[in-house]
Amino acid sequence: MYNPEIEAMDRSKLAEIQLERLKETVKRCEEMVPFYRMKMRELELDWKDIKSLDDVVKLPFTTKDDLRENYPFGMFAVPTRDIVRIHASSGTTGQPTVVGYTSHDIEAWSELMARSLVAGMADPSDIIQVAYGYGLFTGGLGFHYGVEKLGGSVIPISGGNTKRQIRMMVDLGTTVLCCTPSYALFMAETASEMGIDFKQLKLKSGIFGAEPWSDRMRDKIERLLNLSAFDIYGLSEVMGPGVSIECEQKNGLHIFEDAFLAETIDPKTGEKLPLGEQGELVFTSLNKQGMPLIRYRTRDITSLHDEPCACGRTHMRMKRVRGRTDDMLIIRGVNIFPSQIETVLMQIEGISPHYQIIIDREGGMDVMEIQVEVSEEMFSDRIRGLEQWQELIQGEIESYLGIGVKVALVELRSIARSEGKAVRVIDNREL
Amino acid sequence: MTVRQISVFLENKSGRLLDVTRRLGEGGVNIRALCVADTSEFGVVRLIVDDPRKAHELLKEQGLTVKETIVIAVEVSDRPGGLSAVIKPLVEQEMNIEYLYCFLEKSADNAVVIIRVEEADQAIGALNAAGFRCIPAEELYSM
Repeated sequence: MYNPEIEAMDRSKLAEIQLERLKETVKRCEEMVPFYRMKMRELELDWKDIKSLDDVVKLPFTTKDDLRENYPFGMFAVPTRDIVRIHASSGTTGQPTVVGYTSHDIEAWSELMARSLVAGMADPSDIIQVAYGYGLFTGGLGFHYGVEKLGGSVIPISGGNTKRQIRMMVDLGTTVLCCTPSYALFMAETASEMGIDFKQLKLKSGIFGAEPWSDRMRDKIERLLNLSAFDIYGLSEVMGPGVSIECEQKNGLHIFEDAFLAETIDPKTGEKLPLGEQGELVFTSLNKQGMPLIRYRTRDITSLHDEPCACGRTHMRMKRVRGRTDDMLIIRGVNIFPSQIETVLMQIEGISPHYQIIIDREGGMDVMEIQVEVSEEMFSDRIRGLEQWQELIQGEIESYLGIGVKVALVELRSIARSEGKAVRVIDNREL
Repeated sequence: MTVRQISVFLENKSGRLLDVTRRLGEGGVNIRALCVADTSEFGVVRLIVDDPRKAHELLKEQGLTVKETIVIAVEVSDRPGGLSAVIKPLVEQEMNIEYLYCFLEKSADNAVVIIRVEEADQAIGALNAAGFRCIPAEELYSM
């Protein structure tokens, strides 16, 4: 552990810190952010009404739309003079959102990233290749500062230029790789084309995040890249990577509760759910000055668990994110997450890890097509052999999802590769 | 006595076959026989070429899924009933012919048929016993 005093802190003591910080955050928001001042006034609430952690349910939610409406600096709780860094979300679904950090925030974030790296097997002697994008995206710089805080050697290679990534791993003896899971798989493919075997490399662990992935995909990455793979979670609105991370138990991600108050809610009613129940993840900042958020709705679906963990960390765990409320596809009335399809595909031995889901509406009917690349293992000179694969994949997915799908076999590399977040779903429906 | 066939997976999109034949042509590989099997979505192109190793490399470089399969090339007399005579010994041995197609042979009295069966050695034995000649790989590639 990087900071055992906090990471293994007694839960009742942790709750005391949380309550203290929650009050401070609400007070700060009320005083400094007009948006929150108005919301609190509407609810006839005051930070003094927060007397226990349970009182958090009285507080208003913050949504992505609220951040957009207050673009660019409306949610900042300090004058821009005190802001030392600005990041922005990719804005793939509309207007980008901007987040600001004070030097205190950068310091706190770096510490959380250092804790995350240690959970992911890194120590100061490691050579850590950061292949998340540097720039407005929080991934690259978030990891970078964490590695420096830890005292490891950072290779700030950013995303892209995959052949160079692999040459660096070979030449510099990279021991820890940080990137998106889909990019890790792409690297495996590129390395094999280059005739490089990951078994000859020094990689021991990989810290992968920024998109949902499954345990099956973990097995595949661990096998192909010959390393131990850890899931890291974060989002720029709340901070960036390092909100939660898996420990060596790989049974959920520990949320750094001294910095974030986590809840799950029913996404429809907004009702807070008991621990263990699946719902939308909601965070309240506990240690942020630049842009503290109250009950920010992440739209990520998971459940929270406070049972003790064998690793010794006392902070509660969230299950791996299964999907997002806005990723959820509704096909003929059935709720489907792309990650479910991925889980099925990864279970079938010999299948290429690259797939895409195409949704169309034909004659008022939703049609879901899963495109799977034909790997060498799947390929046969007999048509029947290929059709058997098609039937196998289709049967597995249909029995898992309970709805009919179409499986299309496509040529290798015909599905666009991504060096950042993979595009898994193309929805052509006009709703 | 077996022959190496190159198979390639292609989506049913216009120009894909041309990509394959052009690539082989530019790489100096001569196609000796070709057969396309297809469904509405995809196809499998099967090729006999003069240099299977090079063809495999060229097509793999292009990013295609390529596989080598063992097939048999057998001489068939170019007359009515010639093909039946070849198939008969295989059927008698209860061997399942996956597919077969014809070889492009110039100026000869005999035709050459490419046959794909699961048990190639057993099939060659049956054909030899029935008096047919299976063409060795080197001879076929340079025909």
